[in-house]
Amino acid sequence: MPGIRVARRITGTDVAIWVTGAVLITIVVVGSVSTLASGRYTVRHWVDFLVAGLANGSVYALIALGYTLVYGILRMINFAHGEVFMSGAFTSYFLARSLEQSGMLNARPVVSILLLMALSMATSTTVAVLLERVAYRPLRRAPRLVPLITAIGASFFLQYTFRGLYGSGVRGYPQPAILDGEWGVGAMRILREQVLVIIAAALMMVLLYRFVQRTRTGKAMRAVAEDKEVAALMGIDVDRVIVITFAVGAMMAGVAGVLYALMFGQVRFFMGFLPGIKAFTAAVLGGIGNVPGAMLGGIFLGLVESVGPTLFLDGLGIPAPNQLKDAIAFSMLVLVLIFRPTGILGERLAGKKA
Amino acid sequence: MGERFRAALRPAVVVGLVGGVMALLLSLVGMVNAFAGRPIITGVLSMGHTLLFLTALVTGMIAARRVLHASRGAGRPVALPGAALAGLASGFPLAVLVLVGQVVNLRAVLQNANPVLYGLLTFGRDPGAGLPQLVLAGALVGSLGGALTLLPGRVSQAVVAGLGTMLLTGLFAELLQGILWDLGVPAATTRLFMVQKGLTVAGALVTGAAGALVQAVWASQTPKVRRRLDALPPERRRRVNVALAAVGLAIVLWLPQVLGSFLSYVLVLVGLYVLMGLGLNLEVGWAGLLDLGFVAFFAIGAYTLAILTSPETGWLALTFWQALPVAVLVALIAGVILGVPVLGIRGDYLAIATLGFGEIVRLLVGSDWLRPLTGGSQGIAHIPRPVLGNIALIGPQQIYYLVVAGCIIVWFVATRLRNSRLGRAWMAMREDEDVAQAMGINLVQTKLLAYGLGAGFAGVAGAIFAAMIGSVFPHSFQLIISINVLALIIVGGMGSIPGVFVGALFLVAMPELLREFTEYRLFMYGGLLIAMMLLRPQGLWPEPTVRLELAESEEPEVPARVTAATSPGQGD
Repeated sequence: MPGIRVARRITGTDVAIWVTGAVLITIVVVGSVSTLASGRYTVRHWVDFLVAGLANGSVYALIALGYTLVYGILRMINFAHGEVFMSGAFTSYFLARSLEQSGMLNARPVVSILLLMALSMATSTTVAVLLERVAYRPLRRAPRLVPLITAIGASFFLQYTFRGLYGSGVRGYPQPAILDGEWGVGAMRILREQVLVIIAAALMMVLLYRFVQRTRTGKAMRAVAEDKEVAALMGIDVDRVIVITFAVGAMMAGVAGVLYALMFGQVRFFMGFLPGIKAFTAAVLGGIGNVPGAMLGGIFLGLVESVGPTLFLDGLGIPAPNQLKDAIAFSMLVLVLIFRPTGILGERLAGKKA
Repeated sequence: MGERFRAALRPAVVVGLVGGVMALLLSLVGMVNAFAGRPIITGVLSMGHTLLFLTALVTGMIAARRVLHASRGAGRPVALPGAALAGLASGFPLAVLVLVGQVVNLRAVLQNANPVLYGLLTFGRDPGAGLPQLVLAGALVGSLGGALTLLPGRVSQAVVAGLGTMLLTGLFAELLQGILWDLGVPAATTRLFMVQKGLTVAGALVTGAAGALVQAVWASQTPKVRRRLDALPPERRRRVNVALAAVGLAIVLWLPQVLGSFLSYVLVLVGLYVLMGLGLNLEVGWAGLLDLGFVAFFAIGAYTLAILTSPETGWLALTFWQALPVAVLVALIAGVILGVPVLGIRGDYLAIATLGFGEIVRLLVGSDWLRPLTGGSQGIAHIPRPVLGNIALIGPQQIYYLVVAGCIIVWFVATRLRNSRLGRAWMAMREDEDVAQAMGINLVQTKLLAYGLGAGFAGVAGAIFAAMIGSVFPHSFQLIISINVLALIIVGGMGSIPGVFVGALFLVAMPELLREFTEYRLFMYGGLLIAMMLLRPQGLWPEPTVRLELAESEEPEVPARVTAATSPGQGD
């Protein structure tokens, strides 16, 4: 209700929430100050953390785009998007293995990585489009919980389908020799694979942004996100735009899959779960439905997750703070939903019925 | 004529190919292989083949329905051939797989595309002879499915019941033989119908006929019995109900004596999931708050009991009975505390936030930070067994009674709650929060009570679980448990109390009893969640009001243009 100020009584709940917030801020501040004061970490350590966070964050950002695009159009959380990411990465493993065996991976690394990305994107897109057609399209008019439950089911169905197809073990993802080693600039040092990840992710994001802003299809996507019925009246084929949205999100996830596999050197059927949830966090953080927001949110989450455990918790004397890395990411998720469901750049959605 | 004929058959081919892709998927994820070792009818039919035949059967049923629909009734003579065609088509993807597999080594990528699978798909012959047989079998089973759709309801129900009974007795033949032996049935009699695993041909015919007969009698007699019951004066009717309940209770209490230790253990698991299911049902089914972190409360109940009773933590070393109420109370309070911050979050955001909570609890109890309290990743062991009088409840056969008592109490509480002012407030809130608030419902209080009570139910389950296993580890409290509970209340029917029991029996007992299932448990749950949402969102045993609401809320077929003009955008 713009323009109308609604006087609100401060309830016990508000107090409880704000007390929680104050306690958390105190913990973060006290923890950071005492960590920094202890002097156990040098500038070099922090730079390493930041670069690793940036690389991780770029992958989260790519995956987050898929959540944000779909949410923007369907107002639906595609819980299975993490599995779309996994399907591409896992499938490309087999190509990577045969490329390595034939020696091509080291002889023509650029072509090889492009091939891997193409296969990964194709697989992810196929999975996402099938998912939309089979599981989501018939439920577009159903009550809101119904598609969400379907998506949760689809998530597990896909995970265990790929487990059944490709096996349950962890597979070592071959890495071209060109990505070994690191580059150093002064106090900064950066692993080559991190350079690849950051550049490739940035490139994909620029491409996507231009696609959404400049092309006819991108314009149609924005129109459908704005209002499906009116868009349909303007002659836009809504079903087709929705399929394209799923496909575009899946392509980003496919690229992210190969980057993630190259960075961590392994793939598994379960690999999509955590990055999926974290990317969703990133999407919410940036303001769900908002494309630049997802990119920002991903990078922010990557940085916090990488720097946070040491910075916030080490100074408090908590042993093995890295065990709590995921707990920090999940806490971010819950905190954002509680305190700023609008995200950094988004409109207010979480509290609405939508 | 030819044109109409072809138009009617096109949906059949499409349905058939979709069914074939499903069969291909079942084969490639390894289910057909895994179940091939479990005979239904020894030497004739294995569970692996049954999976494929069931796919063809369902394909045939759907195809027949589609053909009838597509030709607007004129296709009745075409429906049966249509179903046969669909069954035939459903065999093709499998045949292609075998043929490709002869030339290319698919196994390098698809681990289950191996000679064992090809052998099963060709019935152990060479492809030239086996594949036509496979496709023909598909056509045969498909036309059976078509016939089931076309036959009058009573007949096809009886046939389905017969086939189902045969399938279940075959699957559980090994367990049944053990039970029959315990009941004193001579082995010679049992041998006529069942061998080691699976049924004999005679056994298959007898069980099939028995199942069909029971269904037929049931269908014809139930309305009469019900009418006579309704005609009874209320006093007598209540007496009949009490008598039935007493007989039911007696059977429930007698069960562990016949079933033995393993089956009792399975029933205990079912009971624990019923407890959790009733709790989550309260949150999701009644209050409409989708909670994906439900395992957190189960974990909190289990850990509280462990910390209070185990000598390892060396705090209090209470007995089970002293610690149980504390565990339930702690879980309940945790529910309220976790509920406060998420009060303002609605719908699907809530689901993700609670998922975050569940994971945070698991990560915290397993961390080194809380090791002094929770034992870190080693957990807490040496939880003493509950002692009742001077009997220690050691094995599952004794814990069973504890779980049954818990279930009865929680079931009673849940039934009373549903019909209380609070229960109606929950349902009002589920339908529309704003309207509920306008009607004077205190949303904060109502939501927190839903979280607290649901968590309390899960706490009971957690405490009993810890006492039964004797130790707790962070590993036992994975997200999978939350998904299990969610799946069982959805399959049973959201908001329905009997649905929780049905869902738990179906989704917890089945995978425990069929070891081959364990690996495909989440595959099946995932598929079931999708299938239920698409085909039967009200669940297997829906709550009567939900049934009514779903019937009402089914949107009338309004042309898209009209809808667009009258309904506001979905985004508001």
